[in-house]
Amino acid sequence: MKFSESWLRSLVDPKLTSAELSHLLTMAGLEVEELAPVAPAFNNVVVAQVLEVVKHPDADRLNVCQVDIGTGTPQQIVCGAPNVAAGLKVPCALPGAELPGDFTIKIAKVRGIESSGMLCSAKELGIAEEASGLLILPADAPVGQSIRQYLDLDDNQFELKLTPNRADCLSLLGVAREIGAITGVATNLPQVAEVPAGIADIRAVVLDAPEACPLYCGRVVKGVNARAAIPDWMKRRLERSGIRSISALVDITNYVMLELGQPLHVFDDAKLAGAVHARMAKPGEKLLLLNEQTIAVDADVLMIADDAKPLAMAGIMGGEESGVTLETTDLFLESAFFAPKAIAGRARRYGFGSDASHRFERGVDFGGTRRAIERATQLILEICGGQAGPVVEASAAMPARNPVRLRTARAERVLGLPLGVERIAGLFKGLALSFEQQGDDFLVTPPSWRFDMEIEEDLIEEIARLYGYDNIPAPAPRGRMAMMRQPEAQRPAYRIRQMLADRGYQEVVNFAFVEAAWEADFAGRSGENELIRLANPIASQMAVMRSTLFGGLISNLVTNLKRKQNRVRLFELGRTFHRDPLAVPVAGFHQPWKLAGLAFGGALPEGWGSGVRKVDFYDVKGDIEALLAPAELRFAKLRHPALHPGRAASILLDGREIGCLGELHPEWAQKYDLPQAPVLFELDFAALRAVNVPAYAEVSKFPPVIRDLAIVVDHDLALQTLLDGLQGQLPALVQDVQLFDVYTGKGVPENKKSLAFRIVMQDTQRTLQDTEVDLAMQQLVSCLEQAFAAQLRA
Amino acid sequence: MDNLDQIVSEAQAAFAAISDPDALEQVKARFLGKSGQITELLKGLGKLPPEEKKVAGAAINVAKTAVENALNARREAIRKAALEARLAEEALDVTLPGRAESRGGLHPVTRTLERIESLFASIGFEVADGPEIEEDFHNFTALNTPEDHPARSMHDTFYLQNPDGSLADKVLLRTHTSPIQARYMQKHVALYGQLEKMPEIRIIAPGRVYRVDSDATHSPMFHQVEGLWVGEGVSFADLKGVIADFLKSFFETDDLTVRFRPSFFPFTEPSAEIDVAFMSGALKGRWLEIAGCGMVHPNVLKIAGIDPEKYTGFAFGFGPDRLTMLRYGVNDLRLFFEGDLRFLRQFA
Repeated sequence: MKFSESWLRSLVDPKLTSAELSHLLTMAGLEVEELAPVAPAFNNVVVAQVLEVVKHPDADRLNVCQVDIGTGTPQQIVCGAPNVAAGLKVPCALPGAELPGDFTIKIAKVRGIESSGMLCSAKELGIAEEASGLLILPADAPVGQSIRQYLDLDDNQFELKLTPNRADCLSLLGVAREIGAITGVATNLPQVAEVPAGIADIRAVVLDAPEACPLYCGRVVKGVNARAAIPDWMKRRLERSGIRSISALVDITNYVMLELGQPLHVFDDAKLAGAVHARMAKPGEKLLLLNEQTIAVDADVLMIADDAKPLAMAGIMGGEESGVTLETTDLFLESAFFAPKAIAGRARRYGFGSDASHRFERGVDFGGTRRAIERATQLILEICGGQAGPVVEASAAMPARNPVRLRTARAERVLGLPLGVERIAGLFKGLALSFEQQGDDFLVTPPSWRFDMEIEEDLIEEIARLYGYDNIPAPAPRGRMAMMRQPEAQRPAYRIRQMLADRGYQEVVNFAFVEAAWEADFAGRSGENELIRLANPIASQMAVMRSTLFGGLISNLVTNLKRKQNRVRLFELGRTFHRDPLAVPVAGFHQPWKLAGLAFGGALPEGWGSGVRKVDFYDVKGDIEALLAPAELRFAKLRHPALHPGRAASILLDGREIGCLGELHPEWAQKYDLPQAPVLFELDFAALRAVNVPAYAEVSKFPPVIRDLAIVVDHDLALQTLLDGLQGQLPALVQDVQLFDVYTGKGVPENKKSLAFRIVMQDTQRTLQDTEVDLAMQQLVSCLEQAFAAQLRA
Repeated sequence: MDNLDQIVSEAQAAFAAISDPDALEQVKARFLGKSGQITELLKGLGKLPPEEKKVAGAAINVAKTAVENALNARREAIRKAALEARLAEEALDVTLPGRAESRGGLHPVTRTLERIESLFASIGFEVADGPEIEEDFHNFTALNTPEDHPARSMHDTFYLQNPDGSLADKVLLRTHTSPIQARYMQKHVALYGQLEKMPEIRIIAPGRVYRVDSDATHSPMFHQVEGLWVGEGVSFADLKGVIADFLKSFFETDDLTVRFRPSFFPFTEPSAEIDVAFMSGALKGRWLEIAGCGMVHPNVLKIAGIDPEKYTGFAFGFGPDRLTMLRYGVNDLRLFFEGDLRFLRQFA
């Protein structure tokens, strides 16, 4: 809500500077978002009248003017404006004047002719962005008066950011009332007298939906001049409230809305047939609105109609057909109360809003409906002439104003502040609330302009607000001391993040909505049954909820490569989104936390001692194993839409798949313009967090025996297959079988590979004998020979 | 016995001339070997009469010890010289960079969230979490914001589509972390509602939230951290105390002023916006909007099954992105979501 400070001060004028007033409003909960002067600083500019205009002898575009500046002695001023003419009243900057943009006016010669000042455009005075010539002032402007005074330029524009509960402050009247309550300064509200009927014409009003519209005042005014010029003061107040002047009738209704908070509507009476109805929309009803939109209205929309047709969306916007034009002479003026519930959300549903709907859905003072129609009539008759008929008022049950009980002790407990009955009574009196005292309780009847006083807390908030939030103490926190249980079997998220950071990965945060192509490429999802689309994305590349974190990481990689970062390691911890009818807690949407990473570039940071090996599958596999240690993972070949089919693995923990790992599919590396395929992984975060609480196992006091064993097997034999095959076959002495070398090449037949193992044998109770060690090794070898056709390597 | 002195000085000179350990051992033989000069002298003792033997023997032994000492000293000197040479040869350029793996780092907002969580943990706030695709009920209705409430237009909400393209009207992307409050209270009541006296709720709930808004100061996805304290006699004054303590601890200074100003949220009453002003530094004297807060609205407590006559509480919501910007001097919110390593590495 915007308004002019001088308008506000005409209603209430506390002894405060503009800045102090702004602070007062902000601290009362009416946040001042902007406070700006309506004109920049300048001085010595007066209203002047051009007496004579003569062409400059030496310049085609210049004129030499004689100008009356109110001193009795005409001044000679050279002027280049195209619209200068004798008789006009214009602003004149006198010698010594300082204009916006550090510009000082001096007596000077212009092409040889002396000029004692400058005639000004609105742009030169800093009150308009553009100007095509001098600012022409009205003929009755008093010559010699300071232009700042004449145009009321020492004014400020306030902009309030009002919360939805304070609709009562969507008017000058409301803001003034609030300032009066806080400062105790008396308000000087406009006196609105009843305008007596000059003619007998009326139009009947019928309340067909009395809950939605319980009060409707209408009045016929005949013989108005819709083309009448509105006075400058009104135009100025409207403009400083951010409302453009359109025509007399529209301006007057807007002015009254700003002044009193009551939205009004004017119909062209000639276009109405029969009675005016406030009724719910009929099935299939359509209306062309003033904003040129045709709306097919739903049944829950309140309409204003006549006997034949819909006229307006009540409280939201008028219809094009029944609206006033410059030709209108007879009009029907509406001032009504529409229930917030009947208006709320409707305009938004059709994709627009209006000053009227903004007010009605928050609540308009139903005690002021009549006052507003009288005020508007008064202004119409003054400005546009005409004669008014009597006000026709139809009314039904008004919103209940149930008294609200406030208990002093409760208020003190909620605020944490001793208040006392006296002080509360004083605060309520300041707000002009009507209340009854019952012992320590107050029964408060909310005024007709407040829609936010329904429960005790509403009153507690008023007390806190008027007492001043700043005056409430802020003691150190106190509460019951108790230790928080920290489950040892759950690793904190930060520790896991830190582990990845320690291994060279940088955390990123990416948007949860992604391009549909990413879902197809990296998750293999393209069916509408699988995708989760936003209904209102801000851009097409942010239209689908991600089911994998890969897309974001790859996009980060592309960004960083462009910025010449050639070694990139990233991770993100975030939710992914999957359709799942059985999901909890939100049915239909499974939203697991995932931890995903990407590694690209050198295995080590480039440097004098690090070699040039590129990061590969096994580097990242090592990172994952370290991250999950001491848990033992299994890896199995995997086909995954994002990954190279020969270089991808699923990650299994206790037989359950907890994630995947692999090199980006070369097709995507090419599509996304990557010089090398990054290695990616994604893990279920819940599985990562769970760890076992350590349990002690006895440590052997006897030394282990270690033997190495190299065998040759088929090239395609997976190590895991071999280790699985040994399960249950291993001699009891063997504690561990560690692979320490894989070799193909010279000395190993084609399609074969050599695997070298370190075999650790131990007994917790005694030292092993050579003979039993030899025997165990023989058993192991023969087992490998039988199961995998392994040959001992010489 | 002049001969003995001569032998000793001869040996000393001979040893000193040698720097090779093998050569030294060969020269040693000339004096102390089987037929070395000292050995020969000792052999000759037998031929002397007993009274001379004793004197001569003692003199030879003195000489022998002197030769041995000279030998050992020389051996040690040679060993030391060799060690020095090896050490010199092994010397590194200690100014070459280390070969360690590079370190990554946490996202700056994560860093802030970690600090916030640990500050609140120190006064007994537990961390809670909730879904990001949220039910309309928990995001709005359970927070006293029924359908068509004007406050709903304060949040520009992202909605989802059903597979057939129609609007999924029961779910949305959460516009704030406040639904976690609602969910947590319901769970708490389910666990402890039967007790004469429920344990206090003290939680902090960080997370990502979504609004249809994108410009220099708004991101369609951003972070919030919600706090909730419900118990007997929890007051607005307590809220002010906790917030002031938090802000001073978070910025590690007492040199700031916190102000509470009346505001409106459907799920709290009284409600406040929290502004902070620093007394020094680049932002000195400016009021910066930093959080919204208030006493939990009785309707919200009732919806969760908590008796507002018996229990009161407060809730607050901070923008950790903004806190991070203020803490580290970041001037553009969008940097947090661009994944630019040159930016992110500064917070490692």
